[in-house]
Amino acid sequence: MASGTITRKDIEAVVVQVLRDLVPSEDPAADPGPDTPLFGDDGALDSVGLVSLVVGVEQALEERFGAVVSLADEKALSQRHSPYRTVESLAEYASRQL
Amino acid sequence: MSAPVTLITGTRKGIGRHLVGHYVKQGHRVVGCSRSPIDWTLPGYCHHVLDIADDAAARQLFAGISREFGRLDHLINNAGVAAMNHAMLTPASTVEKLLRTNVLGSFVFCREAAKLMSRARFGRIVNVTTVAVALKLEGEAAYVASKAAVLALTEVLAREFAEFGITVNAVGPTPIDTDLIRAVPKEKIDRLVARQAIHRLGTFEDVTNVIDFFLKPESGFVTGQNLFLGGV
Repeated sequence: MASGTITRKDIEAVVVQVLRDLVPSEDPAADPGPDTPLFGDDGALDSVGLVSLVVGVEQALEERFGAVVSLADEKALSQRHSPYRTVESLAEYASRQL
Repeated sequence: MSAPVTLITGTRKGIGRHLVGHYVKQGHRVVGCSRSPIDWTLPGYCHHVLDIADDAAARQLFAGISREFGRLDHLINNAGVAAMNHAMLTPASTVEKLLRTNVLGSFVFCREAAKLMSRARFGRIVNVTTVAVALKLEGEAAYVASKAAVLALTEVLAREFAEFGITVNAVGPTPIDTDLIRAVPKEKIDRLVARQAIHRLGTFEDVTNVIDFFLKPESGFVTGQNLFLGGV
C-alpha cells in the first residue's frame, strides 16, 4: 500500500489519538509529549492498556492509510526494551515496519 | 443487529465444509479459507485461498474482513492436518508441518481474530482438538502433541482475551468419516471407537451441536473449556 506517503508525524498523531481514547482526560498521558512514558513504572498504561493501544494503532493505520502492518514484537512487554515505551519509540517502531 | 460474521478455516472439505453450510443456513455471513481452491460456491459464503500459518497473508485476510464487514463475531479454527506413523520413523519435516498448520495457524488466527473482536468487546473463538489427546493414541505422537498444544493455547487465550469480551473454547471430535481418517486402517478405528463410552463414529452434527453452544451470546460465561465427544 502507499506507505511512502505516511510520515512519522502522521504516525505520532495516530498514536496520540488512540491513547487519548484509552486514558482519562485528566491523565498526563492524554496530552503526551514524545517522551511521555506509556509503559513501565511511570507509564500510564497497564499491560491490557498497552495491548489496546498497540492494536488500536495497527487498526488506525489500516483504516486511515490502508497500511496493513504488524506491530507484534517479542520485547513488547519488556520494561526496559519495549518498542512501545513512549509515543516517539512506538511511532519510530511502526514507521520501520511500514 | 445485523447478521453475525463467522470465519471458518479449512473449509474445502470435511467438517469445515459442513460448518460453512450449517452457519450460512443460520443466516451468518461466512468467510472461509483453504490452501487449495474450491470447486463449489454458496450464496452468503466467501472463500479465500491461503496458508493459515502465513502471518502476512493472515493479516491481509483480516484487514479485508475488517474493511468489508467492520466486525468479526466468530472464529472456528477447523483447519488441521494429521499424520499416522511410529515416532521412530517420523521425519522432522512431518512434525514441522503438523506444528505449523495446527499450532501456528491456530495461534495466528486466534491473535488476529481477537484484535478485531476486541473492538466490539464481543467474540467467540472455537478451536478443534481431538479425542486422540485424551486417549494418548499410539501412532499419532506428533499430531497429538500439536493438538495438546491447541488445547493449552485455548486455556491460556481464554484468560488473556476474557477482558475483551472474547471466549475461547475447544471441541475434541472422535473419528468422523472424512479424509483425515481415510488412510487409517479400519481395525485401528474400531479399536479407538471401542475406547469411547459411546461406540460409534462421530457425525458433523455432533460437532456443530457443541460449536453452536459455544457461539451462543448466552455462553459468555463459558471459556477455556475443551469438550471431547464420545464420552472420552
